[in-house]
Amino acid sequence: MISRRDFLQASMAATALYGASGFGNWGRLAAQQALTQDQLLQFDAFGNVTLIHVTDIHAQLKPIYFREPEINLGVGGNRGSVPHITGADFRRAYGIEDGSASHYALSYDDFAALAKGYGKMGGLDRVATVINSIRAERPDALLLDGGDTWHGSYTCYQTQAQDMVNVMNALKPDAMTFHWEFTLGSDRVREIVGDLPFAALAQNIFDSEWDEPAEDFAPYKFFERAGTKIAVIGQAFPYMPIANPGWMFPEYSFGIRDDRMQDMVDEVRAAGAEVVVVLSHNGFDVDKQMAAKVTGIDVILSGHTHDALPEPYLVGETIVVASGSNGKFVSRVDLDVRDGRMMGFRHKLIPIFSDVITPDAEVAAIIDEQRAPFEAELTEVIGRTAEDTTLFRRGNFNGSWDDLICDALLSERDAEIAMSPGVRWGPSILPGQDITREDIWNVTSMTYPNAYRTEMTGEFIHTVMEDVADNLFNPDPYYQQGGDMVRMGGLGYRIDINKPIGERISDITVLKTGEALDPQRSYVVTGWASVNEGTEGPEIWDVVEGHIRKLGTVSMTPNTSVQVVGA
Amino acid sequence: MNFTRRDTLLLALGASAAAMLPMRASAAVEDNIAAFTGGADMGEGGLTLVAPEIAENGNTVPVEVSAPGAVAIMLLAAGNPNPAVGTFNFGPLAGAQSASTRIRLAGTQEVVAIAKMADGSFVKASKEVKVTIGGCGG
Repeated sequence: MISRRDFLQASMAATALYGASGFGNWGRLAAQQALTQDQLLQFDAFGNVTLIHVTDIHAQLKPIYFREPEINLGVGGNRGSVPHITGADFRRAYGIEDGSASHYALSYDDFAALAKGYGKMGGLDRVATVINSIRAERPDALLLDGGDTWHGSYTCYQTQAQDMVNVMNALKPDAMTFHWEFTLGSDRVREIVGDLPFAALAQNIFDSEWDEPAEDFAPYKFFERAGTKIAVIGQAFPYMPIANPGWMFPEYSFGIRDDRMQDMVDEVRAAGAEVVVVLSHNGFDVDKQMAAKVTGIDVILSGHTHDALPEPYLVGETIVVASGSNGKFVSRVDLDVRDGRMMGFRHKLIPIFSDVITPDAEVAAIIDEQRAPFEAELTEVIGRTAEDTTLFRRGNFNGSWDDLICDALLSERDAEIAMSPGVRWGPSILPGQDITREDIWNVTSMTYPNAYRTEMTGEFIHTVMEDVADNLFNPDPYYQQGGDMVRMGGLGYRIDINKPIGERISDITVLKTGEALDPQRSYVVTGWASVNEGTEGPEIWDVVEGHIRKLGTVSMTPNTSVQVVGA
Repeated sequence: MNFTRRDTLLLALGASAAAMLPMRASAAVEDNIAAFTGGADMGEGGLTLVAPEIAENGNTVPVEVSAPGAVAIMLLAAGNPNPAVGTFNFGPLAGAQSASTRIRLAGTQEVVAIAKMADGSFVKASKEVKVTIGGCGG
């Protein structure tokens, strides 16, 4: 008797083969100028249920460049495991040819050169084309948005996310879950959610006063499609009030709450669900662990940590699907649901090559409408990158965008040390490219942007670094928050990622003087994105704009100030 | 200067607590346990302790205990200067042997629950709750 796990493993093997035929030879196709929309969308429909997953769009309506991370380290049981492999190791693991379109889309090296060949990715008008094409074949397909949608751009900030709401509504999602959305403030979130023409799902959002499930968000929704009962359970980002300013949404409490997740799975199964899908903003390692602890989930559509994986990851009998960020990818997952259970799947991570996929005219017009009132502000050129400089953010410890932001803070705020948050959103800029105001906002836009200036002792700075490092490198994924290390301007240090909290960071050096950080001395520190209420200071985008204007041409040298041990 | 001095101090206090290793259970914890169990061995299972992995606010952390068939459940915050939180006693007419409350945690530490069952045996459950100054969400 063949077990269900065997079926799923057979599906995995088939996906890998399918991936090889559909994914691996784009390099050659592109070289022959033959990469076509039909090839990107090619998919032999399978089974009877289709899921479409988008996540972590971060308000990127238009195509962008986005460099994937070079450094993305796993600890504990996830050391060396996907998604913690990058570059050539990643390409070997998935059979991706060097120099191919997938190399460009999914790994970091030769980014600038490949980007010039393959062009920008994403754009919600292209995403619309892909969704429409899947729906033409499978009208019953479910479109599920993993959240971090209403945050991350100039227009999103200026319209309090109305631009994103208008465009996403045109794509007609069936359900959504949340993270940065809450930084709009809970009144605005409720105002949007109240009118949302689709389900706002999160089993882990509670009323903070009564510690009961919040009434504004349903834990799950049933969809009956092609005679199949599908339950979609939402899981919002568990650490909202810790990683983001809790004072902006004091009525709500979050947390992983996997006991309740189990209860919800049991509840929907008892109510006749034939397939259970979790729409999650946990982050990939947390989802892997939750898949192992909670029984009865068929599919986790994973968001938050911005990983893009060409194949689902199998945990027991649960598949975990990671669909990237910033509109670069759309995942299509076809499921064979029979006899009340999922028996197999076929999956494709569809890369949105903006020059290959034709924009959907209707959605393109809606996007232009949102941007039109701000066109002059968006397109103003502030500076330019030098021929040796790509601006990117992703990486556990540094990114050239963050180096530039730290430089701007140090110089514009006259401080000795700068701290910049290790967020994972923010597109890249190629060498020799204009830097517009929109580009600066794409890496800084948020509702708590004030660049503070204060004093901290060396000991306190060390404590902050240890605390953030533990949010990233705690060996238990349930204690990880899914961001990267705080970027330190003006400081170098050594980090042993496998040590416990309090022992990871050593050899902290003030780069300017070459002296060790003095625990007793007070330093002038500047930073932004403080979660404290009432933080004062200029808005970070103005600080960065002022700095880039002075520089004119931005040239960044590779950052070698962090020495990593135990990778 | 943007933080008030008080904010900075509060931040600093919270952070130095957070940066320590999980606070060691003090002699007071052993004393409390000995007084409750009379030194009897403690088993596992049959007692559920629900607490967040990371506290949203260390000053008010929701904690829930339940042990069907228990006559009493003692709750300890092992790293607090005074670890005793309370003991819930369940009479024979109690509909359910469960309780929930909110506790204050001085820093990252183990929260411990011990249930005394009707047959006089004891079971123990614990969970580490992290108290952090916060990070940066992806």
